[in-house]
Amino acid sequence: MTSSLHLWLIPLVPFAGFLVNGLLGRRFPKALVTTVALIATLIPFVQVANIALHFSSLTLPYTEQVATWITAGNFHADFAFALDQLTLIMLLVVTGVGFLIHIYSVGYMAEEEGYWRFFAYLNLFMFFMLTLVLAENFLLMFVGWEGVGLASYLLIGFYLTKDSAANAGKKAFVVNRIGDFGFLLAMFLLIAHFGTLSFSEVFNQVAQHPEWQGGFLTAIALFLILGATGKSAQIPLYVWLPDAMEGPTPVSALIHAATMVTAGVYMVVRTHAIFDRSPFALSTIAVIGTATALFAATIGLVQTDIKRVLAYSTVSQLGYMFLACGVAAYSSGIFHLLTHAFFKALLFLSAGSVIHALGGEQDMRVMGGLRKKIPITFWTMTMAVLAICGVFPFAGFFSKDEILYQAFISPNGLGKILWFVGLLTAGLTSFYMFRLWYLTFFGESRAQAAAHDDHGHGHGHGVHESSWVMLTPLVILAILSVIGGWVGVPEAMGGHAEIAHFLSPVTGAAHEAAEGRSMELLLAAVSLSVAAIGWFIAHLMYFMKPELPAQLASKVRGIYLLLLNKYWVDQLYGAVVVAPILLISRYVLKGLFDTGVITGGGMAIGYSAQGLGALVQRVQSGNIRSYAGWLALGAAALLLLTYVGFGTHLLFR
Amino acid sequence: MHLVLFLIFGGLCVAGALNLLLQRHPINSALSLIVVMTSLAVLYLLLGAEFLAAAQVIVYSGAIMVLFTFVIMLLNAGKEERTHGSKAAYIVGFPGAAALLGILTYIFLKQSDHLGSAKLGGYLVTTSDLSRVLFRDLLLPFEVTSVLILVAILGAVALARREH
Amino acid sequence: MVVPIAYYLVLSAILFSIGVAAFLIKRNIISIFMSIELMLNAVNLTFVAFAHQWHQVSGQIFVFFVMVVAAAEAAVGLAIIIAIFRTRNTLDVDHVDLMKL
Repeated sequence: MTSSLHLWLIPLVPFAGFLVNGLLGRRFPKALVTTVALIATLIPFVQVANIALHFSSLTLPYTEQVATWITAGNFHADFAFALDQLTLIMLLVVTGVGFLIHIYSVGYMAEEEGYWRFFAYLNLFMFFMLTLVLAENFLLMFVGWEGVGLASYLLIGFYLTKDSAANAGKKAFVVNRIGDFGFLLAMFLLIAHFGTLSFSEVFNQVAQHPEWQGGFLTAIALFLILGATGKSAQIPLYVWLPDAMEGPTPVSALIHAATMVTAGVYMVVRTHAIFDRSPFALSTIAVIGTATALFAATIGLVQTDIKRVLAYSTVSQLGYMFLACGVAAYSSGIFHLLTHAFFKALLFLSAGSVIHALGGEQDMRVMGGLRKKIPITFWTMTMAVLAICGVFPFAGFFSKDEILYQAFISPNGLGKILWFVGLLTAGLTSFYMFRLWYLTFFGESRAQAAAHDDHGHGHGHGVHESSWVMLTPLVILAILSVIGGWVGVPEAMGGHAEIAHFLSPVTGAAHEAAEGRSMELLLAAVSLSVAAIGWFIAHLMYFMKPELPAQLASKVRGIYLLLLNKYWVDQLYGAVVVAPILLISRYVLKGLFDTGVITGGGMAIGYSAQGLGALVQRVQSGNIRSYAGWLALGAAALLLLTYVGFGTHLLFR
Repeated sequence: MHLVLFLIFGGLCVAGALNLLLQRHPINSALSLIVVMTSLAVLYLLLGAEFLAAAQVIVYSGAIMVLFTFVIMLLNAGKEERTHGSKAAYIVGFPGAAALLGILTYIFLKQSDHLGSAKLGGYLVTTSDLSRVLFRDLLLPFEVTSVLILVAILGAVALARREH
Repeated sequence: MVVPIAYYLVLSAILFSIGVAAFLIKRNIISIFMSIELMLNAVNLTFVAFAHQWHQVSGQIFVFFVMVVAAAEAAVGLAIIIAIFRTRNTLDVDHVDLMKL
C-alpha cells in the first residue's frame, strides 16, 4: 500500500504563490516577488521528481480523494487527483519546463511595470494546468481546462495598454470558449450515458461492453474533438494562436508551446478508450491534424515576424500529435508532445533572447548577422531548429518519425495519404525553420542602430547577449532537445522504445507492422532526406542567393499573397461568423429584446401596477357615501350568490 | 281584518320611510322615522309579539328617536343642499340597492308557499313566556348586554365631552 | 283572512332598500344615521315574522337584543357625531373625508 503522495500539494503551491504575489506583490520588492514565484514552481517540480524516482514502488492506478464536490442523486463528482504514467510525463513537462521558463522570465521581464502581476498570472496558470493534468474526473479536468484559458487570456493581454494585445486576449478566450462548449456537451452526454464523470468508472464501463461501437460514443468523441481543436489550435479553431503572440515571449513559450496547447492532446490520449470505439472519430482527428499541419506550415513559409513563424510551427506540430492520436498511436503522440515541449520552448525562449538583444525587434527582415554577436543564443537555437526539423539524433527526429511510421502502417485506409502529407509538411517545416535561422543569424545585419521597442526593452546599448539568468534555461533546454528523444528510440534502430513501454499500461500497446524493422528504417531515411531537401532550398534562397525570395514572390504573386494573408481565414470568420453575430447582438438582442422586451416589459409592469393602483386608489376617497354604494353592491352580490348557491335545488324544483 | 290592518300600517311604514328619504331637513326625517317605528309596533302586535311592540314604542320611538331629536336641535342642523358629492354612490349604489330589493322580493315571493301565513292570534308570546326564556336560558347574554349598555354610556360621555 | 308571511317579508325588504337608498342620498350625517335605524327596524320585522311562522320565541329574543344594541349604538354614534361637529363644524358627510388617500 502506497503512502499518500499528497498530490493535492502539487497544484496548490503555485496557487498559493498566485495569491501572495497577486494580493501583495504590488508592494513587494522585485526580489521577493521573484523568490515567491520561483519557490512556488520549484516545490512542485521537486515533488514530481521525487514521485518519478519512486515511481516503480507505487501501486497504480493511484487516486487521491481530497473532498466531495457534487452529490446529486446518483451522480457523484469529487475533487480527486489521479496519478499514472501519462500523468507523470505531463507533470514532468509542466513543472520542469515551467520552472525553467520562470527562471527565464526573471531576466526577460526584469524591466516590466507589471512584474509582480506577470508572475502571479504565471503561477495561476501553473495551478490550473496541474489541476488539469492531475484530475481524476472530467469535471475537475474541465476546471483546469477553463482555468488555463483564463490564465492565457490574462497573460496574452498582459500589456494592458496595447489594443492589439487586449484584442488578442479576447479572441483567444472567445475561440477557446467555443471549444469548451464542445467539451461541455461531451460531458453532458457522458453523464447521460454513463452516469458518472470519473475517468476510471467511464473507462471500466466502456471496457465491459465491447459491443458499444460508434453511435453515442462517436458523438461524445466528436464533441471532445471540438474541445481539443479549440484548446490545441487545430482547424477550425486555431485562429487565436498566432494572435496570442502579442503576449510576452515567456508566455508564448510556456503556454502556447509547451503546456496549454498540449492539453487537447492529453485529453484525447486520456480518453482514448472512447476514441478507440469510434473509427470515424479517429479518422476525423487524423484528418484534422494532418490538414492543420500542412495548412499551418504553408502559412509559416512567408511570415516575417519571428514569433508568428514559431506560432504557426506550433500549430503544425500539434497537428502531428493529433495525427498520431488519430491513428491510435497514442504513446507516439505523447512522445512528440514531450520532445516538442523541449524544442519549441527553446525556440521561443531563444527568439525572446534575440528580440531582447535587438531591443524589441521582431521582424526578421531587419535581422541578420547575429551569429557572432549572440553566440550562445545562436547555438541553442540551432539545437532547437535541428530538433524540430527531425535531424538525427536530435529529439524531434525520433518522435516525428515514430508518428509518420505509425501513420504509414496504420490499418486505417487513409494511412498512406496521411503519411505522405505528413512527410510533405516535414519538408516545409525544415524549409521555414532554416529560413528563420538564416534570416536571423546570417548575412549582413539589416537592423537599424536605434531600434524602436514595443515593450520597454530599449537599452540603447547595442546588440548584446542576454544575461545568464536567461541563458541557463536555454542551455538546459538545448541539452534536452538533443537527448530528449533518446527515451523513445525504436527497436528498429537499436533502442528499447522506453517511453512506449512506459506508457503502454495507459495507452495500450503500439502497433507493430508486419513489414517490421526494415520498413521503419526506410521511412526514417525518406524523412531525413526530405528534411535535407528543405534545408537545401532554404540554404539556396536565404544564404546563397538572397535575391531569390523576392523574385519568387513576384512570380507567384497570387499564392504568395494568399499565404501572407493566412488564407484570409480571419477575415472569413469575421464576415461569416462575427459580423452576423454582432448584428444580431446589437439590433435584435439589444435593440429588440433588451430594450424592448425586457426593459419595456419591466417598465410596462411598473406602469400597469401604477395605473392599477391609481384606479384602485379612487375607491379610497374618504367619502362615506361612495363606500356605502360599494357596500350595497357587494351585499346584493353576496345575497345573489347565497341564494343561487343554497337554493339551486329549490330553483330547479 | 288582519289584511286590512296590515295594509294600513304597512303603508304607513313605507310612507314614513319614503318621507325620511325625501325630506330635506333632518328634523322632518326624524319625525317620519317615529311614524315608521310606531307603525312597526302595531305590526308586531299583529304578529303576536306584545312585549316587543311595547318595547318598540318605549325604547325606539320614546328614547332613541328622542335622542336623535335632541342632537338635531343641539347641533342646529339646517336644511341640506342637494348636491352630488359622490358619483359612486349613485352609479354603483342605486343599482346595488335596487338589486337587493329585487332579489329579496323575488326570493320571498317565490317561496311564499312554503312560508305559510300569519293568523291573528295564531302565535301569541306573552311577556312571561319571553322572560322565562330570557332569564333562564339566556341569562348570561342578558347580563352581558347590561355591560354593553354601561360601556356605551361611558363611551358616549367620553366622546361628547367638551374639550378643556 | 290571513296574511301570507311573505307579505311581511316583502315589506321588510322594501323598508330595508329604502334605508339603503336614504343612506346613499342623504348628506346630513344624522339623516344617514337615521336610515341605519330604519334598516335595523326592517330586520327586526323579519325576525318577528319568522318567529311567528315557526312558533319560536328565539326570533323575538333576537329582536330584543337587536334593540338593546341599536340603542347603545345610537348613543355612541350620536356622541361621535357631536365630536365631529365640534372639530369640523359641519354635518356634511362629504366634508368628513380625512381618510382619503
